[in-house]
Parts: sequence; C-alpha cells; structure tokens
Amino acid sequence: MTHLPLSQTIDQVFVLSKAAIMGHIPAPFQPIASAILSVAPVLVVFPLLFAITTVLERKGLGRMQNRYGPNRVGPFGFSQPIADGIKSLTKEDVIPRTADQVVHFLAPLLLVLAAFLAYAVLPIGRNMVIANLSAGVLFFFAIGSMVELAVFMAGWSSRSKYSLLGAMRAVAQMISYEIPLVLSTIVVIMATGTLSTVAIVDAQARYIGILPHWYVFTPWGFCGFILFMIAATAESNRSPFDLPEGESEIIAGYYIEYSGFKFALFFLGEYLGMFATSGLAITLFLGGWSAPLSSLTWIPSYLWFLLKLLAFIAAFIWVRGTFPRLRMDQLMAFAWKFMLPMTLLNIFDAAVWHLMPHNILRWLVCIALLAIPCLLLNLNLKQRKQLQIRTYRFAD
Amino acid sequence: MLGNGLLKGLTETARNFFGSYVDKDRLTTIQYPEERAPRIEASRNFPFLVYDGTDPQAGLRCVSCLICEKECPPKCIFIEKSTDKKPDAVGKPQFYPTRFNIDVSVCMSCQICVEVCPFDAIKMDNDFEASATGRFSDLLWTKERLAKSNEYYHHIHPTEAADVDAVLAAARAKAAAPRPPAPSAPGGAPEK
Repeated sequence: MTHLPLSQTIDQVFVLSKAAIMGHIPAPFQPIASAILSVAPVLVVFPLLFAITTVLERKGLGRMQNRYGPNRVGPFGFSQPIADGIKSLTKEDVIPRTADQVVHFLAPLLLVLAAFLAYAVLPIGRNMVIANLSAGVLFFFAIGSMVELAVFMAGWSSRSKYSLLGAMRAVAQMISYEIPLVLSTIVVIMATGTLSTVAIVDAQARYIGILPHWYVFTPWGFCGFILFMIAATAESNRSPFDLPEGESEIIAGYYIEYSGFKFALFFLGEYLGMFATSGLAITLFLGGWSAPLSSLTWIPSYLWFLLKLLAFIAAFIWVRGTFPRLRMDQLMAFAWKFMLPMTLLNIFDAAVWHLMPHNILRWLVCIALLAIPCLLLNLNLKQRKQLQIRTYRFAD
Repeated sequence: MLGNGLLKGLTETARNFFGSYVDKDRLTTIQYPEERAPRIEASRNFPFLVYDGTDPQAGLRCVSCLICEKECPPKCIFIEKSTDKKPDAVGKPQFYPTRFNIDVSVCMSCQICVEVCPFDAIKMDNDFEASATGRFSDLLWTKERLAKSNEYYHHIHPTEAADVDAVLAAARAKAAAPRPPAPSAPGGAPEK
C-alpha cells in the first residue's frame, strides 16, 4: 500500500479501503461482506445522483424556456428533492379496485431492481466493478430487457386504458430500439474481441501521443456512438422519444395509476436506467474511466467516469428541452428505416476498418462508407420536401 | 443538410439557457410573492360594497333595495333591511343593510348584481388573494369584509369609477337644485 505514489493511492482509495476492511472480516463471511461493500456505494451514489438530477433538470429546462425553475426550497431550490421525497412518502398510495394487486405492487420494484442490476457490470473506476463478467455487455442487455417486462406489468395490472396504451407503446418502442442499441455496440465488441466491460475499457485506456485511444474517435465508433445514444434515449423513454409517458395524450402512460412512493420508484427506475445506459455508452465508446488526455491521468479514474456521466446527463436535459415528441409512426419508421440500416452499415464499416491496412486510406474509405449514404439520404429527403397542398373534399 | 434543424433547435435552447443568466429581461416569469404584476383593470372576481367618506359602514351606498339579492343567479347574497332610514349617497333618506352577506364559495362572478344595482353600491373587485383556511366561516363575507372605499374603487377600475362619480355628482346636483319647489319628492329609486 505504501509503495504506490500519491495519485495512484487516491485513485485506488476505495479499492484499498475495501481490502483493508475485508482483512478484518472472518473468512466465512468474506463473500457476503465483499458483495455488500461493493453494492452499497452504488445503492447510495446513484439514487443521490438521481435526486440531484431531478432538480438540475427542472432548473435547466426552466432556463431553456427563459424562466427560473424551482428556487424556493433551500438555497437556490436545491433542497427540492427532499421536499419531493417527503411528499411522495406521505402521499396516499392508491391502488385501483380492479387492479391486479400483486403485479401492480411488483412492477415498480422490478423496474428499480433491473435498473440497479445493470450497474453490476459498469466499471466506475480503475479496478472498480462489482462483477467482472466475461459476458458483461450481454448481461447488461439481458437485464435491460427486464425493464420492458416491468413496464408491461405496470400497464397491464393497472386496468386502465391509458396505462395499457402507454405500456403497449413502451414495449413496442423499447423492443424496436433494443435492436439498434445492441447492433451499435457490436462494432466495439468486434474491435476488442471481448464482451467484458472491464476489458473494453482497458483496451481504450491507452494513448497515441497525448490523444486517447477511444473508439468514438474512429469513423465506425463515432457513428456507433451517435446511433447508440439515439437508441439509448428511446430505450430510457426520454424526450423526444417519451411517447409511453406522453403527458399530453395519455397523461402519464403506464404509471398513471401509481401514486405516492411507487410513482417515485418509477421515476427512480427510469433515471437509473438512463444513467446505466449512459454509463455503458461511456464504457463502450468514451473510454470508461480513462482520462481524455494522457497528461490528465493524475485525476482519479472514478471522477472521470462521474464527469462523463454528468456531461451525458446535461446532454439528455438539453435534448429534452429542445425537441418535441415524435409521433408513433415516425418513431417506428425511424427505428426500422434509419437506425437499423445504419447500424448494419456501421458493422460493415467496422469490418472494412479491421481488414484494411493501417493507413490514411482506411480512414477515407471508412468515412466515405458512412458519409455517402447520409448524403444520399439528405438528397432524397430534400427532393421529397415539397409541402403538399391540402385539398378539402367536403368542406368546400 | 441532414440534422440542420436539430442543431438550430439546440443552439436556440443553449442561447436561452446561458442568456437567461446574463440578461434578466429574458426571464418572463414574475417571482410572485416578492414581485407582483399590476392588476388588470378589466378583470373581476368577487363583488364588494362601495362606501363614500371615511366610515366604512355609515358611508355604504347600499340602500338594501334587495334587487341584487333577487337577481343573483346562484343566490349567494343575503341582505337584512334596516328598520330606520339614513341619508344615502345622494342625500335622500334611505334604508341601509344591517346585514349584507355574500357567500363567495357560491358566487360565480357573473357581475349581474353590479349591473342591476341602481345605486352603484356594489362593484366587482379584482383582489385575487382571497385564500382562507376556514371552508365555511371564512368564505361567508360580511358587510365589514365587503365594504371598500370609493378610493379603492378608483384605484382598481379608474375609468369606470370616474364615470360612476360623474353620474352620482349629477344626481346630487339634480337632488340639490329642485329642492325649494318640491321639498317632498315622490319616493322610489332615483333615476340616472
């Protein structure tokens, strides 16, 4: 412990302190103690981040709409999550009389559980991962598909048309976008040859000169990153893909019949899911916990992960404050007619990248492979862009 | 270009986000308890009783003619007529209300009471801070609560109040002028 330089000690402070605590625990209890010590920080940090995000989101959205946002509770309104928490805890928990009580109760729990399980494979810092699974990415997506089940449980058990509509929309949307989500990660798996998230980060935590070896700085990586983020936005039901909630048309979608703390649990699950997919995007494309410049490696790895995550949250809030909600057919058309072909093309692009000799030509070919379809699509859309004149068959 | 509109939208919101910290004029909201927007002259919510002079009860213009009570569609006005008379705004001896209650939980802000009042005694208020903690007792507004000065009326509805004042002044002049030839004028509502 004493041999390490100071910066590395700070970097490994959580790992070392866990090891120190483990030294005092008798051997039979060590596996369970190790699990608790690994899981507890995740159970504390990410819900806290959720609380901070809610107030930051409301303030950010407010500023984007030229208003103040919450500024009453505590200094600058930053105690708002506490007030919200007390409110949701003390509110009456209403269950519809015709609801399927058990499923209705289990749905929010399953959603939060699924969201938390996904953190098991996210390397939050150097040597800081709960479970270094050899099929980590696969595990992440397997757990991610549990969210659909929870959402449909909530919608079905509520016995409400809005709930069911919201749940149907959510399931249709999440299944459609799960395909481009998974396919856009394939390129990274092709590059690293492993499904382990830890190995993927290790492959990127190298530097060429001072620049990092992140996959986002390759043509297929950049394209994959954009596609992944679009699919992740849809997957976490964030605006502009927030049709399942659709406040203005189906009120709150699948959680309309939930009140009190269960409603808060849905929000928690949704935000945790958003953080987890952001975390996976960071892991796959943005080098996980690695510093963006070789000269900045003295900053602890977990801080880099947190900074990147905060940047992602800011981007999500920015997008939410900007774009209007899509229509259901637009959403589906976007998934199947744009996202899916682009991800397949991207996989082909990544294959070309690996098979070509390592020189400048590889860059040009790979960029052209992605840019030319985009340009063609651009031209095609421009041609079809004439507005049709509305004719009234009966009103005249 | 593909995605041009998206970028345009993103720059707009970013400009709003940073601009709202720099330029206070961008912020359109009013921080209500501390800042207040001026009340709109043409707005109305609940009726109030106008009084002239300094004494809120003695100066009430109301002569308890009960027209508003009868005309009120949801029947939220309750008036008890006095047994004696006192001079009204024009100077004639008239009855006055010993009780004048409006149940604002029933009032529908239709302004019919104002329109039927021949004495310009009841007018519409626009004081919106009418929240109360008692569901029944606090929402039954008595004569004491309803009485508001003519100056207040001028403050909230300047043009309307000026017209009313002109009409009342003309009525007073008319009442003062023909007094020597006809000291005991026939009763009834003064016409405007």
